[in-house]
Amino acid sequence: MRLDFLRGERLPNIWCPGCGNGIVLHALLEAIDQLQLDPDKVVLVSGIGCSSRAPAYTAFDNVHTLHGRAIPVATGIKLANLDLTVIVVTGDGDSSAIGGNHLIHAARRDVNITVVVFNNYNYGMTGGQASPLTPISSITTTTPNGNLDRPFDLVKLAAGAGATYVARSGIYFTKHLVDHLRKAIAHDGFSLVDAVAQCPTYFGRFNKKGSAGQMVTSQKDWMVLKSVAEKKTPEELAGKIIIGEFVNIERHAPVSAAAPKEQA
Amino acid sequence: MPEKKTFKITHNRKWCKNCGICVAVCPKKVFKIDRNDRHAIVNPQDCIGCQMCVEHCPDFALAVEEVKNE
Ligand SMILES: Cc1ncc(C[n+]2csc(CCOP(=O)(O)OP(=O)(O)O)c2C)c(N)n1
Ligand code: SF4
Ligand code: SF4
Ligand code: SF4
Ligand SMILES: [Mg+2]
Repeated sequence: MRLDFLRGERLPNIWCPGCGNGIVLHALLEAIDQLQLDPDKVVLVSGIGCSSRAPAYTAFDNVHTLHGRAIPVATGIKLANLDLTVIVVTGDGDSSAIGGNHLIHAARRDVNITVVVFNNYNYGMTGGQASPLTPISSITTTTPNGNLDRPFDLVKLAAGAGATYVARSGIYFTKHLVDHLRKAIAHDGFSLVDAVAQCPTYFGRFNKKGSAGQMVTSQKDWMVLKSVAEKKTPEELAGKIIIGEFVNIERHAPVSAAAPKEQA
Repeated sequence: MPEKKTFKITHNRKWCKNCGICVAVCPKKVFKIDRNDRHAIVNPQDCIGCQMCVEHCPDFALAVEEVKNE
């Protein structure tokens, strides 16, 4: 990773000790480096949340927008200048709750941007409330007796909405995460990467997941590579999260709009 | 026998938050969190340069480079 991609004067970052956001950011900067993109042509756009602070630590042009609204701002930037590589940095809450409608419609329209979801299964910034991605039975500030609701499967949601590149990875698997971020950014069309990270301060503490170090290494126990999962029975996969590439298809080619009528 | 490679570990104390992730991911027990809850490099000679600590440090506080002795 190129250190000059960071704004050193803004560091140390504001995140709690052991927060996973820094690991996803490191992987994202590595992916951008591997693609050898012109740093002046990369734009990061975020919403609101701990994760959404990530772009401000980078040397790239960036916009820290309103909660849930990163995708429409990113869409505008992309449409105004097709030469830019536009990457949305968002949280599970930012992207799937308040910003959920923007997400599905950007996927449906196959807007050529990349959405990186820093998924820590809760609203970290506001004190650990449940998000639409919080697993069933989990303890959060708003579900003190365990979450009664089923979470969205973000991969299926994005795929169903029409995204043409969809992958999931976890911060333990840094090489895997970088590979999929790189493919997502290079993909022509709407791409989404569900990057599972830890919030040791809230989700981890409430659900007794141990130290930050344990939250990182335990991903080995509950995440399964897609290639391995394909050979397992549903019973063996109970409680596991599958990581890998789920969608990688040709960009949807829009039929051109009807030619404007000649002025009489 | 091929010579054992040696690595130089750089730790940025100003950015480190003593979270212990590097301790958990290092396969060679190079680091520990000491009695004052501070990050310490204890076995640098055992480092194999795998970059696990560098890639998992959330605070960009570690760098590991091979030392080339000409
Ligand atoms: C319109 C609006 N509603 C609510 C909030 C309060 N708020 C700030 S961040 C956040 C949730 C963030 O969760 P997530 O996107 O998962 O980010 P994390 O902090 O976990 O990285 C909420 C509800 C806000 N800032 N603006
Ligand atoms: S509250 Fe959670 S997500 Fe926010 S900085 Fe702390 S550990 Fe990270
Ligand atoms: S992972 Fe980084 S921040 Fe955490 S203790 Fe190690 S060097 Fe410090
Ligand atoms: S590079 Fe690998 S062996 Fe060396 S200190 Fe880091 S994690 Fe340990
Ligand atoms: Mg979150």
